Amino acid sequence: MSQHAKICLEGLQKGFGSKIVLDGIDLEVMAGESLVVIGGSGSGKSVMIKCILGLLKPEAGRILVDGEDIVNSTPGKRKRMLRRFGMLFQGSALFDSLKVWENVAFGLIQGQHLGRLEAKKIALEKLARVGLPADVGELSPAELSGGMQKRVGLARAIAAEPEIIFFDEPTTGLDPIMADVINDLIVECVRDLGATTITITHDMSSVRKIADKAAMLYNGKIIWHGPRDEIDHSGNEYVDQFIHGRAEGPIRMDVLKP
Amino acid sequence: MNFLATIGRVFVAALADIGDVVRFAGRTLSHLVLPPFYFGLMWRQMLHIGYFSLPVVGLTAIFTGAALAQQIFVGSERFNAEGTVAGIVVIAIVRELGPVLGGLMVAGRVSSAMAAELGTMRVTEQIDALTTLSTDPYKYLVVPRLVAAVLTLPILVIVANIIGVFGGFLIGTQKLGFNVANYLQITVDFLEASDITSSLVKAAMFGFIIAIMGSYHGYNSSGGAQGVGRATTNAVVSAFILILLSNLIITVNVFGT
Ligand SMILES: Nc1ncnc2c1ncn2[C@@H]1O[C@H](COP(=O)(O)OP(=O)(O)OP(=O)(O)O)[C@@H](O)[C@H]1O
Ligand SMILES: [Mg+2]
Repeated sequence: MSQHAKICLEGLQKGFGSKIVLDGIDLEVMAGESLVVIGGSGSGKSVMIKCILGLLKPEAGRILVDGEDIVNSTPGKRKRMLRRFGMLFQGSALFDSLKVWENVAFGLIQGQHLGRLEAKKIALEKLARVGLPADVGELSPAELSGGMQKRVGLARAIAAEPEIIFFDEPTTGLDPIMADVINDLIVECVRDLGATTITITHDMSSVRKIADKAAMLYNGKIIWHGPRDEIDHSGNEYVDQFIHGRAEGPIRMDVLKP
Repeated sequence: MNFLATIGRVFVAALADIGDVVRFAGRTLSHLVLPPFYFGLMWRQMLHIGYFSLPVVGLTAIFTGAALAQQIFVGSERFNAEGTVAGIVVIAIVRELGPVLGGLMVAGRVSSAMAAELGTMRVTEQIDALTTLSTDPYKYLVVPRLVAAVLTLPILVIVANIIGVFGGFLIGTQKLGFNVANYLQITVDFLEASDITSSLVKAAMFGFIIAIMGSYHGYNSSGGAQGVGRATTNAVVSAFILILLSNLIITVNVFGT
């Protein structure tokens, strides 16, 4: 594993209206590393990823990819940068006007200008990797279950074999066995493609399986960042409460008790 | 005082909206001239906008043309000027009613569909997904709709004009007792080349308005199903208003002098 920072966030800030979501995020991901980000629902994990992808513009801070600032770069540079990213959206975000295989092949046809036949072959191969047979490829996304859509989204994210892949809750909505298959697949992506990945998950078994490092987002900041094996004795009571899923602890949920 | 402040706020908000729309249209036009071009998508949109709008536009035109001939007949009869029916029908249809009614019908059908489709794509993050798959959403989504609308509206309007005049012809010859050859002769005599040009210019303009309003409201929608519903309504209403307004401006400038 080469030791240079692939992605580096410095003082990243983002809010919506008067609400501050990210309040100075500092985070480094090394090349070829698999980072898992955990944090409560609504803590800004998806927003952070969207900032890196340039889908949201941060109010302050820098995002460096291979040492190059991408927040303040030209549109042309940003576009070339996007070609190196793959993304699985939390809600899958499949194109419902296209068939399943066309969804998976989309980046290959549009980004890499492959012919349709060749792209289809690769797409079906990727679909097989996520446990979907070839005939599913001919369906439209609306005909799939939520978990199947998620897997198609995953196949689409890895189809072009990008250097950097973001997985936003890849195993949510899957049965435990399929979740484990997907975890294996993510591990393979990192190992075989040498990809750098950031995975958002609430699933602690995913964390243990795929993470090299883990980070926890709370109140707009990274409150803990370290190797996976240290997560169980991080000494951080917020992390402890989160990974054990306890209602009692320093993190208070704003729910009304009768 | 409070009242003035409210007016001021509304006015400023409206100006900001206009600025946003203009910027949106400008961005679309800049993407129009730079590759890649998605001809397949343009073709599909042309079918969708043009071909599938033919029935509704044709029906509107024939009924309007027929009713128009009847009314002009009733009005001109008082001055013993029944001979002008064919001429007034063709001018009214080609200059005004063909493009305006055609534009409004297509706006109702197409602006709403564009806003709903792009709006759903926005709120389900499909537009974000396009960007991450190295595809520019302006090029992939907006440009094909714009090109298709600007190219097909003139064709639709020509069809609407012909069918509208034919509606007047039917009433004129079958009910009001005009001579067929005579009616056609007067129609041809009254029609000038500039009428047809202005009709086509209006149609292209309306196509532009329909595509930009539908795309703009859909592209910038937010807030789930409710937001998409709002975008759809706004797209249709704003397209209607802009079509009627720009029609007036073109009419006054071409025929008012
Ligand atoms: N487009 C937006 N407009 C306004 N607020 C937004 C927008 N996107 C996200 N937010 C707000 O930002 C906060 C963080 O959202 P985000 O989607 O990043 O949460 P998350 O950590 O991914 O949660 P989850 O685990 O439930 O997916 C939320 O409070 C949300 O209300
Ligand atoms: Mg999220």
